[in-house]
Amino acid sequence: MSDIRTETMTVNMGPQHPSTHGVLRLVLELDGEVIQSVIPTIGYLHTGIEKTAEQKKWQQVIPLVERMDYLAAQSNSLAYALSVEKLLGLEMPQRVKDIRVLIAELQRIASHLIWIGTHGLEIGAVSMLFYAVRERELLLNINELIAGFRFFPSYIRIGGLREDLPRGFHAQVQEFLDRFPAKIDEFEGLLTKNDMYRRRTEGVGFITKEHAYAWGLVGPIARAGGSDYDVRKYFPYSGYETYDFKVPIATEGDVYARYRVRVAEMRESLKIAKQALDRISPTGVFACNDTRVVPPPKDKVYSEMEALIQHFLIYSQGFTVPAGEAYVPVEGPRGEHGCYIVSDGTNRPWRVKMRAPSFMAIQALPTVVQGGLIADVVAVIGSTDVVMGDCDR
Amino acid sequence: MAQADHTHGLDHELPILTSTVEKVVQWARQSAIWPAQFGLACCAIEMMAMVASRYDVARFGAEVFRGSPRQSDLMIVAGRLSRKMAPAMRRVYDQMPEPKWVISMGACASVGGVFDNYAIVQGVDQVVPVDVFVPGCPPRPESLIYGIVQLQQKIARSRM
Amino acid sequence: MDAQAIIDSLSPLVPGASFEAAPSVDFATVYVPAEQVVATCQALRDSLGFEVLAEVTCADYLPRAPRYEVVYHLLSVSKRLRLRLKVRVAADGTLATVQGVYPSAGWLEREVWDMFGIVFDGHNDLRRLLMPEDWEGHPQRKDYPVQIQKAAQTYAPLEVSQEQFQANLVRDRVTRTH
Repeated sequence: MSDIRTETMTVNMGPQHPSTHGVLRLVLELDGEVIQSVIPTIGYLHTGIEKTAEQKKWQQVIPLVERMDYLAAQSNSLAYALSVEKLLGLEMPQRVKDIRVLIAELQRIASHLIWIGTHGLEIGAVSMLFYAVRERELLLNINELIAGFRFFPSYIRIGGLREDLPRGFHAQVQEFLDRFPAKIDEFEGLLTKNDMYRRRTEGVGFITKEHAYAWGLVGPIARAGGSDYDVRKYFPYSGYETYDFKVPIATEGDVYARYRVRVAEMRESLKIAKQALDRISPTGVFACNDTRVVPPPKDKVYSEMEALIQHFLIYSQGFTVPAGEAYVPVEGPRGEHGCYIVSDGTNRPWRVKMRAPSFMAIQALPTVVQGGLIADVVAVIGSTDVVMGDCDR
Repeated sequence: MAQADHTHGLDHELPILTSTVEKVVQWARQSAIWPAQFGLACCAIEMMAMVASRYDVARFGAEVFRGSPRQSDLMIVAGRLSRKMAPAMRRVYDQMPEPKWVISMGACASVGGVFDNYAIVQGVDQVVPVDVFVPGCPPRPESLIYGIVQLQQKIARSRM
Repeated sequence: MDAQAIIDSLSPLVPGASFEAAPSVDFATVYVPAEQVVATCQALRDSLGFEVLAEVTCADYLPRAPRYEVVYHLLSVSKRLRLRLKVRVAADGTLATVQGVYPSAGWLEREVWDMFGIVFDGHNDLRRLLMPEDWEGHPQRKDYPVQIQKAAQTYAPLEVSQEQFQANLVRDRVTRTH
């Protein structure tokens, strides 16, 4: 039988495909069901956000960067705001830091919920999507409460937050935090010991720690392979060093390990969010006191001339940022989100560049799935949790 | 109708409605729209939310998202369309069987949104004919459902 | 570890290179001469423990010469350290690829080529990454317009012939590394 000549088959997958998480395109070369080679093609969602950002004023870039990684909008804006604040030399009040931490952790949960839903859907556990989206709607309600917007609240601003927390914020977040642990158990009940799910995911798509580092993957993917690198622990920002939480690690490095790491991350995020919520007073400061960046309170604008001028200047010309460059990483749901900004000392950024964890994950995809079966490609893509908006920017 | 019929087929209680073939066909089309699974960007997540638990577009008969364009009659262009994606999208549209409709979801798909730059097609109506534009960035699921209802009314009005 | 300390430990490892500390507000920044990039990265990875290349990007300082600065962000997990390498590149200059040291540089450098037009010598696959294959110009250069007038294409130029397709497969075949 061995002398039978067979030809490889090439299969195009995407850019319009139900399980490529958007508009990723893969060209697979198959020998039977075994993958000989994979060529990912990206750029189908290239939006030119970095170029557009160079035309905007510093504060106006926040809504743009939020639309990069649309599942973790506020990780992007946090990375950007921290970078600009680094250049400006601003130090945030403790309450602002705590609110940012709370929002970032809720964002992480929301992102992981979409991930668990779509990953389950693609692997055959269709009902996961409905359970996960149901919980995510509650988080979107919280976004709506703080900013009137479900998706991209633009609540994190350079110099603090857009406005103070609304009435009823604590109660609504507390309700979610009380409700959610049981829901994670429910998700785990559906997947963790599900025999079919485990057979699809165990021993598939190995990414070891060394492999991950070589391909620039840091974040949940590397942590599922034994790395303990987490920006929140290694390079703390926004006061993460004062929170008590663990970094979930697995050592197997397969799809199932990445699933377990992310589920454990949701539990840790809940822990952080609880601590943050306890620290936040219902009302208080919501921005730093730097008058270059933060407009004066409205009652002063109506009564004092200097405040009116300052308000007008901030909203018409924007503020200038000292010349220089900064890169502040944050731990996003997909790994290290970092924003590299260059300022030439004017009121508009000279260069804005986001480090995109999905970009790295798709780059490494061929090395992970080659030699495996075609059915596993979907499981591997799902487990790396790529967002094409993040990848293509 | 087991017993003998003495009314010569003129039973006024028979469940019969008179209509035109056109109306019946359009009623069938509007009540079972099958959208193509064509998510591009952020709006696709809201499109998912529309299908999922809370909003449940099944109430309006448009929940059967098909992976293949050949099985669908509605394309919801959910998100910004890059110049690189435009040919692929046109191809998906061409693969859909007639009759077919297009909803342009969100500011980016409709007019380019905030991304007025080199990479984004400033409105998908440059590539495919659009029936309903849904504004928003992204639109809420309610908005999209409203767009679908508008489309249903358009289908009901249209001639075969 | 500030920039000077890194330069002190790097200089014996890369003979003949003249490093230059740059002012920075976040972490150590070192200017590296263009011809020494690969040797520097090799030394940083093998001897100083910078095992992750997090980012390669570029900034275009148009009226200035040299025009571009290519920026490498390195990360040492074992030492909890970050480092920024910067390389000045002239308008028509080229740079050697660091793919051999960090595999992750592949697409990152490709993106820099796509967006800024900086050629990376020795790169195994320097093609368009984000823009369509037949695109002209490098969009993130400062002299490239933000808004352009160009009709949206439909699908004709997207086709590749069967021969091109096979050739692409041979060119892109990636060997499994573990």
